[in-house]
Amino acid sequence: MLEIKNLHVQLEEEDKKILKGVNLSLEAGKVHAIMGPNGSGKSTLSYVLSGKKGYEVTAGSAHLEGNDLLAMAPEERAAAGLFLAFQYPVEIPGVGNMTFLRSAVNSQQKLRGEPEMTAGDFLKAVRAKAQNLKIEPDMLKRPVNVGFSGGEKKRNEILQMAMLQPKMCILDETDSGLDVDAMKLVSQGVNALRDNKRTFLVITHYQRLLDHIKPDIVHIMAAGKIITSGGPELALEVEKNGYADLLEETA
Amino acid sequence: MNDVHVKDGVDSETVEAVKALSGTYKYGWNTEIEMEYAPKGLSEDIVRLISEKNNEPEWMLDWRLQAYKRWLELKEPNWAMVDYPSIDFQDQYYYARPKSMVEKPKSLDDVDPKLLETYKKLGIPLKEQALLAGVEAPDGERKVAVDAVFDSVSVGTTFQAELKKAGVIFCSFSEAVKDYPELVKKYLGTVVPVSDNYYATLNSAVFSDGSFIYIPKGVRCPMELSTYFRINAENTGQFERTLIIADEGSYVSYLEGCTAPKRDVAQLHAAVVELVLLDDAEIKYSTVQNWYPGDESGKGGIYNFVTKRADCRGDRSKVMWTQVETGSAVTWKYPSCVLRGNDSQGEFYSIAIANNMQQADTGTKMVHLGKNTKSRIVSKGISAGKAQNTYRGLVSMHPKAKNSRNFTQCDSLLIGDKCGAHTVPYIEVKNNSSRVEHEATTSKVDDDQLFYCRSRGMGEEDAVALVVNGFCKEVLQALPMEFAMEAQQLVAISLEGSVG
Repeated sequence: MLEIKNLHVQLEEEDKKILKGVNLSLEAGKVHAIMGPNGSGKSTLSYVLSGKKGYEVTAGSAHLEGNDLLAMAPEERAAAGLFLAFQYPVEIPGVGNMTFLRSAVNSQQKLRGEPEMTAGDFLKAVRAKAQNLKIEPDMLKRPVNVGFSGGEKKRNEILQMAMLQPKMCILDETDSGLDVDAMKLVSQGVNALRDNKRTFLVITHYQRLLDHIKPDIVHIMAAGKIITSGGPELALEVEKNGYADLLEETA
Repeated sequence: MNDVHVKDGVDSETVEAVKALSGTYKYGWNTEIEMEYAPKGLSEDIVRLISEKNNEPEWMLDWRLQAYKRWLELKEPNWAMVDYPSIDFQDQYYYARPKSMVEKPKSLDDVDPKLLETYKKLGIPLKEQALLAGVEAPDGERKVAVDAVFDSVSVGTTFQAELKKAGVIFCSFSEAVKDYPELVKKYLGTVVPVSDNYYATLNSAVFSDGSFIYIPKGVRCPMELSTYFRINAENTGQFERTLIIADEGSYVSYLEGCTAPKRDVAQLHAAVVELVLLDDAEIKYSTVQNWYPGDESGKGGIYNFVTKRADCRGDRSKVMWTQVETGSAVTWKYPSCVLRGNDSQGEFYSIAIANNMQQADTGTKMVHLGKNTKSRIVSKGISAGKAQNTYRGLVSMHPKAKNSRNFTQCDSLLIGDKCGAHTVPYIEVKNNSSRVEHEATTSKVDDDQLFYCRSRGMGEEDAVALVVNGFCKEVLQALPMEFAMEAQQLVAISLEGSVG
């Protein structure tokens, strides 16, 4: 699904290298997790994959189903099936949440040359998916993320994901700022989207999210590289011993 | 909350519509038509000629001449935050009418097909039948009567007969002078006096046409009224005059739209609008101003120097100005409310967009004279490119305006880092029972918002349009439905090329 090879990235504005040769191969239908200490480059990886400005790729490649991701505009990546659930979802005052969702769905369908969803079908779909995430109808009318609680913002990200039906979902620290109940709800939403075709990349600091969203493969990232990969037990090991041992082993 | 769903639908359709519309200024084409001009330049003779062309009575000519004499003594104002080469008032035409309009057509069917075609192309049908068929149209679709002004003359006015049945007078200004001289004499210049300001005085001398509306006592106007102004002739100024009188307990909603061809040389548009409201009357006045803004380097465009004022003479009268200012190279415009009647109310909702080299200095004046008067100002200024956008507003509470209130909200949005936004509020309070509130914000369309939208599949310009429409939402909602959709599209189109 997603092939990342030897990816080197630095900040555009200053000569600071953040990713120093990331290699990742994500198969269709699998859930991969990336863990790592602060500043290891996890969030940068998610931004670079989705096309945020301010980063310069100095070497390497990233392909989604064989398509060169790095050559595409952010909206084209989205239409190709990439989705990033933001760590800090952005507020857009005055734009109704529903309006935003509809624009997003329509834009992607248009970019893919597919017929648009009718207003009726769209409403039905949103209401059903919102209900699963315990999103009140009122939240669909409020401006995008404005005045949302931390939990509401994250649930809203998952609602967008459910509506857009992406092939490749990246979750950037979706557990940050969530209490236990909210984390359960969000995880249920994610798990409901798991199938044998959709791929997930779950970025997190903590094992606890992985109790709810069970990964197939866990990668540890440090200083801009994947230093080791393994099964779910790797996450447990980190939880128990911290990153220090792993960092020493690979140093 | 059903209406919210409607708005949602509208918003996304807008983005669609914007996608379908490529190119920037849509109305920049020119109608090839034989014109009759007054000689170039301005003099007493030109004033007399314009009066003669309109077959005006002596009193109207005298009024004009008095204005002209006054104008000669006035100096062009320079306090606004706009910068443009000085205007050579002798190097332009003050009167231009299509030759086919020399004999005013008896009915719309007799209007020159070229003119009808022009308005059709602008999306303004001058046929009543087409709209009358609206009986079968979906709910909520309303009839709109149109007065079409082309350069210096009114080409035609629709639904006049139907309106007359309700007692409503809707005609061109030149017809009003002939057919309703008593009303015109009684009210003309009583809201914006002849010597009010440089451009209003100029207009009083050389105005050629415009719209006249009288809503009788207790009548709720049965349809929306509108005027569509088109400047077509080169090197010609447009000076129109609008007078609306809402008698006791009456109501009218009026819309105006305006466009002009792309020309390399700037053109002057100096209009005067006077609204008179008697006891319990209400007027909603909406403007979508889309004059040619000039090209990216600032060449050409319309200088829009306009004086608009409402006089809430009657107790409990209410006026609401809503403006969407997207066009013009330079805008100098302050639709104002004189709240003379006790318990009268004035509202001003404005979206002013300045892109590329455009300059806008716009706002309002709320003059509270009566007791318990209320005013509300919501201004949304958007600057992009190298544009400068200024909100200038006066709130004045006079000694007798006891217990009056004003609320002002003034928000500026910047796109890019080469444009400017300025807020110049003037507040005078001369009694101790009134309250004035002023809130102002300045923000930027930030990269994070755009990236968020794009990461969900929206193109860059759609993303800007969405964010900006969100910023303007309160004002867009104040517009009549049909206009709100057009205005949303316009907001998006005006900002094309502002990012990237």
